[in-house]
Amino acid sequence: MSDVFERVKNIIVERLGVEDEKVTMEATFKDDLGADSLDVVELVMELEDEFGLQFSDEDSEKIVTVGDAVKYIESKL
Amino acid sequence: MNLEGKKALVTGASRGIGREIALELARCGADVVVNYAGNEQLAQEVVEEIRKLGKKSMAIRANVADSQEVEQMVKEAIDYLGGLHILVNNAGITRDQLIVRMKESEWDEVLDVNLKGVFLTTKAVTRQMMKQKQGRIINISSIVGASGNAGQANYVAAKSGIIGLTKTTAKELASRNITVNAVAPGFITTDMTSQLTEDVKNDLAKQIPLGRLGEPKDIAKTVAFLSSDNSSYITGQTIHVNGGMYM
Ligand SMILES: NC(=O)c1ccc[n+]([C@@H]2O[C@H](COP(=O)([O-])OP(=O)(O)OC[C@H]3O[C@@H](n4cnc5c(N)ncnc54)[C@H](OP(=O)(O)O)[C@@H]3O)[C@@H](O)[C@H]2O)c1
Repeated sequence: MSDVFERVKNIIVERLGVEDEKVTMEATFKDDLGADSLDVVELVMELEDEFGLQFSDEDSEKIVTVGDAVKYIESKL
Repeated sequence: MNLEGKKALVTGASRGIGREIALELARCGADVVVNYAGNEQLAQEVVEEIRKLGKKSMAIRANVADSQEVEQMVKEAIDYLGGLHILVNNAGITRDQLIVRMKESEWDEVLDVNLKGVFLTTKAVTRQMMKQKQGRIINISSIVGASGNAGQANYVAAKSGIIGLTKTTAKELASRNITVNAVAPGFITTDMTSQLTEDVKNDLAKQIPLGRLGEPKDIAKTVAFLSSDNSSYITGQTIHVNGGMYM
């Protein structure tokens, strides 16, 4: 697993208080990880700080799974 | 009201109600950024008064109807203050006209400043307030937003819109400990109401149960309360401050 995935996973575990093994590339933020819309916005904000990037509003809306976030970040680094 | 250590941004704070709100928040202990549209000199005077109270203050010019200017202002304000706990959306204009005579441009101008402006500043500060898990947003509506008023279709639509926007923002941000309320002033003596003749003002006062027009400080004290920890269980509400003119 990529380094980006590990960093993203740590942030998700801390922010959403979910168990490590639940955070897979396929896991959806809302259904699998129990995040509400505002949680997702906050996660994106934290990921922006962590990786020093800006997610545009349109791009953030397309992020449904953990994998979506990881791939998006990797494409910008 | 104790606002020691709190950081505030007040839009349209160079004159009238906004000026008094900025000063009152500073008297309660807050550091305050003073926004204005064009009157740099007046804005700077407010800044000087706040500094005399021993509080940090700077003026930032920005048109609240312009998203880029708003984003830039909020960024500068947060950098300067080192946080942002209180946003007061006070900037407002009137372009009064009966509907049959009202130009589309007059409608757009008032909706852009008075309603879209509130959306833009709110959007720009939420990120910071969510991170802090603490925030107070106070939107200045108007008595006519509840009662309607001939000759002010644009203004009334914007001020009613603020009430709905306030409730929605309150629902969206409640889980992050951010409260959002509106204050609806009645007739307050400022530049906005100075065109009225003494006779009109006396007539108006007769329609007001408390027997006088309001003053900026009547509004500022209410805003200070809604900015403080004393109002932590109040959100999504519109507080009418109008001497009983509309109940
Ligand atoms: N006065 C009343 O009786 C009354 C009653 C009900 C509600 N209100 C509401 O209370 C608020 C303040 O009213 P007021 O009587 O104090 O008004 P005012 O004396 O006319 O002052 C208006 C303030 O808004 C600023 N402003 C105007 N357009 C702006 C823009 N596009 N971007 C940023 N700032 C802008 C002005 O800045 P510059 O000085 O730079 O032009 C000024 O500081 C308004 O929202 C008004 O609708 C007033």
